[in-house]
Amino acid sequence: MIARSMNMVQALNSAMDIMLARDPAVVLLGEDIGYFGGVFRVTDGLQKKFGAHRVLDTPIAEGGIVGAAIGMAVNGLRPVAEIQFADYIYPAYDQMVSELARLRYRSAAAFTAPLTIRTPCGGGIRGGQTHSQSPEGVFAHVSGLKVVMPSNPYDAKGLLIASIEDDDPVVFFEPKRLYNGPFDGEPDKPAQSWSGHPQGEVPEGYFTVPIGKAAVVRAGGALSIITYGTMVHVCLAAVEALGLDAEVVDVRSMVPLDTETLTASVSKTGRCLIVHEATGFAGFGAELVAQIQQRCFWHLEAPIARVAGWDTPYPHAFEWEYFPGKQRVMRAIERLMAEAA
Amino acid sequence: MSSPCTTGPKLHVPAVPARPGEAPDFSYVRIAAAGEVGRPDPAVAVAETAPLAESLVRVLDETGQAVGSWNPRLSVDELLQGLRLMLLTRLFDERMQRAQRQGRITFYVRSLGEEAVSVAAAMALRETDMLFPSYRNQGLFMARGLPLIEMMSQLLSNSRDMCKGRQLPVMYHSAPRRLFSISGNLATQYPQAVGWAMAAAIKGTDDVAATWTGEGSTAAADFHHALTFAKVYKAPVILNVVNNQWAISTFQGYAGGEQRSFASRGPGIGLAGLRVDGNDFLAVHAATAWAAERARSGHGATVIELVTYRAGAHSTSDDPSRYRPREEFEYWPLGDPIERLKAHLLHLGVWDEARHAALAATIEEELAAAWREAARFGSMGEGPKLDPASMFEDVFKEVPEHLRVQRDALLAELAASSGARR
Repeated sequence: MIARSMNMVQALNSAMDIMLARDPAVVLLGEDIGYFGGVFRVTDGLQKKFGAHRVLDTPIAEGGIVGAAIGMAVNGLRPVAEIQFADYIYPAYDQMVSELARLRYRSAAAFTAPLTIRTPCGGGIRGGQTHSQSPEGVFAHVSGLKVVMPSNPYDAKGLLIASIEDDDPVVFFEPKRLYNGPFDGEPDKPAQSWSGHPQGEVPEGYFTVPIGKAAVVRAGGALSIITYGTMVHVCLAAVEALGLDAEVVDVRSMVPLDTETLTASVSKTGRCLIVHEATGFAGFGAELVAQIQQRCFWHLEAPIARVAGWDTPYPHAFEWEYFPGKQRVMRAIERLMAEAA
Repeated sequence: MSSPCTTGPKLHVPAVPARPGEAPDFSYVRIAAAGEVGRPDPAVAVAETAPLAESLVRVLDETGQAVGSWNPRLSVDELLQGLRLMLLTRLFDERMQRAQRQGRITFYVRSLGEEAVSVAAAMALRETDMLFPSYRNQGLFMARGLPLIEMMSQLLSNSRDMCKGRQLPVMYHSAPRRLFSISGNLATQYPQAVGWAMAAAIKGTDDVAATWTGEGSTAAADFHHALTFAKVYKAPVILNVVNNQWAISTFQGYAGGEQRSFASRGPGIGLAGLRVDGNDFLAVHAATAWAAERARSGHGATVIELVTYRAGAHSTSDDPSRYRPREEFEYWPLGDPIERLKAHLLHLGVWDEARHAALAATIEEELAAAWREAARFGSMGEGPKLDPASMFEDVFKEVPEHLRVQRDALLAELAASSGARR
């Protein structure tokens, strides 16, 4: 298949373009997604190509978007809903938690809602507390929702197609700081682009990246860094800066979780650092710690360490003091490596 | 999916009158003549407001005369104060927009074309009334006299920022001036304003609450929660819907504006409703005063739709030429609120072009002086800066142990990195 250079926005657009063409049941809905093509341009051109009955501009009501999408899905469609920012997803929380997540269970599979909810998340764009949040842990905690977060264009396209085809609801988080290029956590450096990045080469046609599979993005033996989203690139930069033989694992799918890949890595290295941008307390990293220590306890040479966002709202003026950047990850790696076996 | 049926109803997709490259078309905006709609007693039954919720309350006619029973008969001083505050709001917006383009502030939201909505309403209310603004209500802060330096310091996220750097620019507040903290989320302040008004009634004060949201946000569940609670408890609250036609790229038809006014949501649920020319300073003032009197005398809440036009972009992150004709504002049938009040003052013979130009020049000087003063307190890029340790304050009343630990870790990190730079 022909591959071409795509940024994450183009890769996501391509995934929806392909699925709208392949499956007449696929419809898109969300705020500003139709004529305008979305505030991040992810759905650019799709309404023009597929029509206003397949790509719907909606009223500003996230609870309405998800509630209506559930109804559409029950009636045979395969909706892809966009919530403009993950920070705005909470009005839809009741529909997601009380309804979408449990519909299959409560009706003993008589009714199901194959629905994908796409939403940009994470900080690094000077968005303040209402455009920067990473609520993946909130949804991973809910039984019945699949939760994924790609860290590059290739995975973004493959995972989105897999999500749309999945018969269960998927909450699809898009780290918006990665839309236009990988980001190593240093805002003062010139922005990088996806062009030339191996994961920025994306097949033009249909392909999937399976949900529930982590990816080893850098093989190594000294320690395992378990991370996802924007922090994959920050961790890679920290490892390069330290010149360390570290293994970096991109979780990609929080639910279901690929414990096999995580276990294999940590059992091999004996040291584990977990890194995410979301607040640490009761965050998704806590689940990773529990899963890994249970499976790898006798291989561990040091306590599992975590780096996460501070347990405060995301402050506008202190974005980079808040963001768990390269230096914070490097210091954590150094501390972890200094622990006596 | 089963094969498509051709006999059933087709999904209705609201029409947008004009897109880029097409001629602006405001034929959908239903307009009454100034003075056409009569002003009932503020204690009138809800049902009697239903026609007012579909028509258009207007006072200023095309020649600048104030006509009809809604004329609030303001003094010349009040009219001039209104003009000054609207002009101040507009020139403040222009200057801050430039500051954003120059990289001095990170984000900005103008209220171009909507100045009357905020300024006239604030002037019609008592200083003790509580205001729950949206992010396009800077005119409320101007009218309540929040010093410009306080607003600019918030925009700069500097060492004097009332929000201590925690909020995006334009998310002001002022507790002593009874201006609630602005949220970046939509319509969330609506039920809160109702609750504040319920508390006023519980406490037995005669304070009124007022809140504003865009027409787009009337789709949000919080809007409907607010109307229901206001109806059930006859809360002394004014629920303003600023219908500026556009919610980013989403036309008002997508919020349910086709063939039905937003004001009519009021009578629909059992609240008074008024549809008002939002670019008519006198009409906005009169409607707000009417609703305040109704609320204060125990007759309940009013939904006021203010028909206006968002002449600028949604924010500095938006480019409206992608989704609507560039020159639409020139065709907007309700004109420019500042020009219309100015025409009225000219008509009264109390104003002239020279005085208008002098007023603008005075305001520009005032803004320049305030900006210089605000800049002394720094910006996000230049010191003096806020103390990063303050990031951990106000999450709770007391800083808990786990946040103290994180604060110390950050301070150690910052000390190490500044040491490394030396």
